[in-house]
Amino acid sequence: MLELDKLVKIIGDGIDAGISALGLGPAWVVLVQLIVAAAVVLIFASLVVLFLVWWERKVSARFQMRLGPMRVGWQGTIQTIADALKLLQKELITPANVDRGIYFWAPVVTFVAALAVYVTIPFGKGLIVRDLNIGILYILSITTFTVIGLLMAGWSSNNKYALLGGFRSAAQVVSYEVPMALAVVGVIMLTQTLSMGEIVAQQQKFYQWYIWRQPLGFLIYLVAATAECNRTPFDLPEADSELVAGFVTEYSGMKFAMFFLAEFLNMFTVAAVATTLFFGGWNGPVLPSWAWFMIKTLLGVFVLMWFRWTYPRLRVDQLMSFAWKFLLPLAFINIVLTGLGIYIFKS
Amino acid sequence: MVSDFAAVAVFLGLGVGFVLITFLLAKLISPSAPNPIKQSTYECGESPFGPAWIQFNVRFYIFALIFVVFDVETVFLFPWAIAYQSLGLFAFVEMLVFIAILIFGLAYAWRKGVLKWY
Amino acid sequence: MDTFSLAFYALAFLIIAAAIFVVTSKNIFHSAIYLILALFGVAGIYVLLQAPFLAAAQVLIYVGAVSMLMIFAIMLTARIADDSIRHTNEQVGTGLLVSLGLLAVIVYSLWQTPFPISAAPMPEGAGGTIGRLLLTQFVLPFEIVSVLLLGALIGAVVIAQKDKVRGVSEPPNTPLPKPAEKVAG
Repeated sequence: MLELDKLVKIIGDGIDAGISALGLGPAWVVLVQLIVAAAVVLIFASLVVLFLVWWERKVSARFQMRLGPMRVGWQGTIQTIADALKLLQKELITPANVDRGIYFWAPVVTFVAALAVYVTIPFGKGLIVRDLNIGILYILSITTFTVIGLLMAGWSSNNKYALLGGFRSAAQVVSYEVPMALAVVGVIMLTQTLSMGEIVAQQQKFYQWYIWRQPLGFLIYLVAATAECNRTPFDLPEADSELVAGFVTEYSGMKFAMFFLAEFLNMFTVAAVATTLFFGGWNGPVLPSWAWFMIKTLLGVFVLMWFRWTYPRLRVDQLMSFAWKFLLPLAFINIVLTGLGIYIFKS
Repeated sequence: MVSDFAAVAVFLGLGVGFVLITFLLAKLISPSAPNPIKQSTYECGESPFGPAWIQFNVRFYIFALIFVVFDVETVFLFPWAIAYQSLGLFAFVEMLVFIAILIFGLAYAWRKGVLKWY
Repeated sequence: MDTFSLAFYALAFLIIAAAIFVVTSKNIFHSAIYLILALFGVAGIYVLLQAPFLAAAQVLIYVGAVSMLMIFAIMLTARIADDSIRHTNEQVGTGLLVSLGLLAVIVYSLWQTPFPISAAPMPEGAGGTIGRLLLTQFVLPFEIVSVLLLGALIGAVVIAQKDKVRGVSEPPNTPLPKPAEKVAG
């Protein structure tokens, strides 16, 4: 009931008919379908970020025993739109000493890397743009692209704080990528496929969810993903009291907004991947599949926000030690245990 | 299968287009009144002191090197993980050897104090 | 022209243009960025060759790790921002000649080689076949790769040790000033 996959099919067929009526070949049909799909995902991503920014402020406020935005719209819901409009018409101050080319393209790279992940996120039954056969590996490789955007921003700003913040962010993101990928490897050993759609299809019953068989893997993934998103307790490179604003110090107006957007998109991506890998994706009784997906993913994002107001910030050396001396060996142990477990259960 | 990746190309193109259009919109709407103080490098209110490069510490490079090594190892682990259940105990032992060699490297780096970040 | 050829020529143009900019750019950081673009284009070529796993590995390792390593190496040569370092290359003529000669040799040998097209069907799924082959037929190269990686790791440790001797990666050990005695009352 209320599944969107039929709607998607109708739109797809409509495009097919329309383009064929114009006399163009099948390649054009696919192209237009993809453009429409990408536009829909882009709009969805924007709406999600709008919602998440508001939600973050509300959640943070409640954790701190205050109310958060209340005036602009009911319970402050239009606050984010107001902020977006404000940022749009802010002066774009480009400091005199920046490396103009790279300064301009850094937010573009960061945002596009954050968006490109959504090609293969399974939003619901039949609601995956393209079920790439290298699904999760594609997602992992695109997230490494954001490191480049980060470094570009830090370097081009020609500012000590931005440079240091950029390097530290890059070193941190990169240090936590390995345990995160290894946690995913643990799940892949069970799924025997990289395709996101198939991973969801394997978890149709509640007891089939991979969280039961990979609890350690999930914990490692959760911690590493929090560090990937530069969220507290791992947000030292962005900490206001430390390095001003880290690598975005010299960015203002809409360019800053792009980094901000990318950060929230990354949070949603991380939660969506955790939902798909560990919590059964869009599977669930009664409610339509996309509703389950959103519920599970938003719960994941809520956990990330919860972390922010619960844990103190780690120092940079604690951060790095934790990744290389604790999380990485733990991830290897997880893989070895999973391998042993599979072998024992198979024989 | 290749058309699947056409989706990636479309997403990249649309993403870039979206950002560029937003920047254009911002440029049209926003005022532009540059002056030297606004455009100076930010240093918490002080005038910028010294050139912008910092004494770059070699430990960034060391960590990046270690990351390359473990990144390659991760890439090797993925095909093994996919094929694992269809192979026997021997595959597990082989991977154990692979991981053990690199764990040894990590332990060596740890003992030598290379993984310390001051 | 079908879409495959279109995609191929677009990617090839991107890679070659990026590669030319790598060599001719005056700013070394720009060169690094263009190199990243070229490597990304190569990943696209792998996709066209029906090797998506290799494409993902290319992005993960080259764009994600090796590029970052190169950028950090650029930072390490700390006086890059200093404009007194000349970024021009005086050997452009010789370089061009040698490159063109190498290009001619490569093109000629590729032209002469009859690349056999296998009649076997494309293996399904990404990674599964690679995994199986890696652990059965190609086990020895697989284990040797790990030894190679170990060598790289030990090399990294040696670099760090050498700099320890020179005192670069030591923590600053200026002793903190003694706290003043507590004033009574």
